[in-house]
Amino acid sequence: MTATEIMPYRSEAGPGRDGFAQLLRAEWTKVRTVRGWIVGLMLAALLTVLLSVLTAIGGQMLCSNSPTGPTLSGAACRQVPPLGPDGQPVSDSFYFAHQSLTGNGSITVRVTALTGLYSANGTAQAGVGTSGMTSGTQPWSKAGIIIKQNTTQGSPYAAMMATGGNGVRMQYNYTHDIAGDPGVAATASPRWLRLTRSGDTITGYDSTDDTHWTQVGTVTLAGLPATVQVGLFAASPDYTVTSQSFGGGTTGGGPTQATGTFDNVSLQGSGSTGTWTGTAIGGGGPAAGGPQAEQFQQSEGTFTVTGSGDIAPAADQSTGQPAEHSLVGAFAGLIAIIVVAALFVTAEYRRGLIRLTLAASPRRGRVLAAKAVVIGAVAFVAGLVAAAVALPLGNHLAYSHGAYLLPVSSITEVRLIVGTAGIFAVVAVLALAVGTLLRRSAATVTLVIVAIVLSYILSVASVLPAGVAEWLTRLTPAAAFAVQQTLVAYPQVTASYTPNNGYFPLSPWAGFAVLCAYAALALGLALHQLRRRDA
Amino acid sequence: MSRAVDHAPTAQPTTPAAPTRRAAPRRGTHAGWAGWWEALHAEWTKLRTLPGVIWLLLAIAALTIAVSAAASAAVTCPTADCNQDPAKVSLTGIELGQAVVAILAVLVVSGEYSTGMIRVTFAAMPRRTEVLAAKATLVSGLTLVAGSIAVLGSVLIARLVMPGHGFTEAHGYPLLSLTDAPVLRAAAGSVLYLALIGLLSLGIATLVRDAAAAIGTVLGLLYLSPIFAGVITDPTWHNRVERYSPMNAGLAIQATRNLAALPIGPWEGLGVLAAWAAAALLASGVLLRLRDA
Repeated sequence: MTATEIMPYRSEAGPGRDGFAQLLRAEWTKVRTVRGWIVGLMLAALLTVLLSVLTAIGGQMLCSNSPTGPTLSGAACRQVPPLGPDGQPVSDSFYFAHQSLTGNGSITVRVTALTGLYSANGTAQAGVGTSGMTSGTQPWSKAGIIIKQNTTQGSPYAAMMATGGNGVRMQYNYTHDIAGDPGVAATASPRWLRLTRSGDTITGYDSTDDTHWTQVGTVTLAGLPATVQVGLFAASPDYTVTSQSFGGGTTGGGPTQATGTFDNVSLQGSGSTGTWTGTAIGGGGPAAGGPQAEQFQQSEGTFTVTGSGDIAPAADQSTGQPAEHSLVGAFAGLIAIIVVAALFVTAEYRRGLIRLTLAASPRRGRVLAAKAVVIGAVAFVAGLVAAAVALPLGNHLAYSHGAYLLPVSSITEVRLIVGTAGIFAVVAVLALAVGTLLRRSAATVTLVIVAIVLSYILSVASVLPAGVAEWLTRLTPAAAFAVQQTLVAYPQVTASYTPNNGYFPLSPWAGFAVLCAYAALALGLALHQLRRRDA
Repeated sequence: MSRAVDHAPTAQPTTPAAPTRRAAPRRGTHAGWAGWWEALHAEWTKLRTLPGVIWLLLAIAALTIAVSAAASAAVTCPTADCNQDPAKVSLTGIELGQAVVAILAVLVVSGEYSTGMIRVTFAAMPRRTEVLAAKATLVSGLTLVAGSIAVLGSVLIARLVMPGHGFTEAHGYPLLSLTDAPVLRAAAGSVLYLALIGLLSLGIATLVRDAAAAIGTVLGLLYLSPIFAGVITDPTWHNRVERYSPMNAGLAIQATRNLAALPIGPWEGLGVLAAWAAAALLASGVLLRLRDA
């Protein structure tokens, strides 16, 4: 071998920087220099705010104080439900046989029966008493003992109760529910209940024989005054039949009532007058206006208390407007984001720019990553700005137009805003990935819109039964809208917890994760195809 | 939006030496039907040589039938008077099929703008509204064919499946049949609905030009109305959205039961959609004449 070696040509110029930061900068330059895309992004934010505002204004409340009176509108029509100790709307109507109790003390009773009446076809008529009603309790018909601050609706309380289908429970301050002995209270298997007060602390016990007592729970009712009302109560929530029909669910139902039979009533403590006073809290007497005597009877140590209504959180969204209604414009914004994100890659294919892009940066995975980061970040910002404006503005307008807004914590508001921005970002990445796979803008935009918006429509506003709708909101990208849910489903309240009514089957971030999984899958497929195919 | 390719060949003939066989009738007596027929023939040639079109037509039928079948299988009627409308349920897939119809209609127009082909088209056929009319005829014709297959397949599957899910005579639901006037109205109306969606999309695509923006606009117009109707509490506005949005109003044609409870009657609803389509086509026709291609 000869020693002559031919040196390959080496440029004197230093190597160009081809780091990820340069790629990001290149992609950002593409975004900001195409006027149509910037307009599209601003349109996304604008549509989100504008349509949310229009919806809020479209929620104008109209009402009239009397059949012949003038029609009122706006704030004059706001109906604020009873509010609990934490400011949340509650149901608080029941029949209460009570005495005063000052200082520490306790009440013990034996429940020997819990019976009830309801209208089987869900159409009880007002004013005809209980005729035509069928006997039977509701799962959450309840009768038991209660210590309550006063007889005002929404005041703090703690109660021990027998229920129609959920055994003995200890419930306090509306939202809290602790399970006790299972089984139904009856003459053959009576339930003993006891509540003791010590300062702000109330402890609940249950027993089946007055000998072996089990502590169910100890709760603190902060700021409980010295004198409270203590006594027997009965309540039975409205009976609801939900049937799915065209255009969503129809709910039929009607009032029900529950009757608790008590004996061995023992009240220990000072301040009591020794006589029981019957009060229908919040109109919670017997259903359909039965005679007074039926509400509360006392003979030779046996008490019967009959009531209807419920002591529970108002889980039904009919009491007010959930905060996420002010983000409904996000669907319009998302469509604009999908268009921009799809064009971000399909336009490169149409013009052949992709070949230049890939020539400049041959590591195709990094190109895709840079594109995903840039479009995701841009969409996130657009979504964040839009949601941060739309949520407070929409809620403010809805309130001034007479809606009662269901209260949400600041943490929840932040979750709504950041979650909406997150949906924007991940949907943009999904559209980018699908666009890389399909290379055609029309097909990409349609596929992503159908996957997100149509699956949402099919779950919330269609002929499909609730079960199918729930699976759609578990499995399709529309699951992500769970991140906008503010309504809380309470197991101790029977209601129609369907996507149709704003309740998603998945928790907020789990639903969001479903969308992320779709985006990750599409991005993986896009990467595979991008490496395999010629550009 | 992004402009069409800058370097596309400009097909303006600079010399008047065009073949007389075509030039003469264009300004002459054959301008009416003959011109439209020639435009239709040209559009048909363009469309049938696109490889994607046959797949789009198949997708219209297949996706509609698939979603309809899933809905028919999912809905049950456990008791008499179960408040369901079997004809409407059996045609649920139209909600998806219309998206594919929109793609077809948008591609017929935007495809030409994105490649610059539109300038060749208008150079060859300067009567632009004639071109639009030919495109509209073609899109609605193809949609009617694919839509008929989709609707017939959907109804057939529902006819086979639904009696097993409680939709029986005993529960007050006779077997789905096209000889039943309301069912026929729902089925034929759904086919017309798809054709009108095609025309609406064609009009919007001609206005917007860019495929992605056009399809986004069409699907936004269609799919957003049910979502907004769901959250608007004011009855007047809620009613307006239901009555005058293209999808909500148009799909009223599918209802066969409890018509009195609908916000808008079946044919009136389809009429609202037809008005939307007519307005979009009219606006696009005017703009087509005013704007440079």
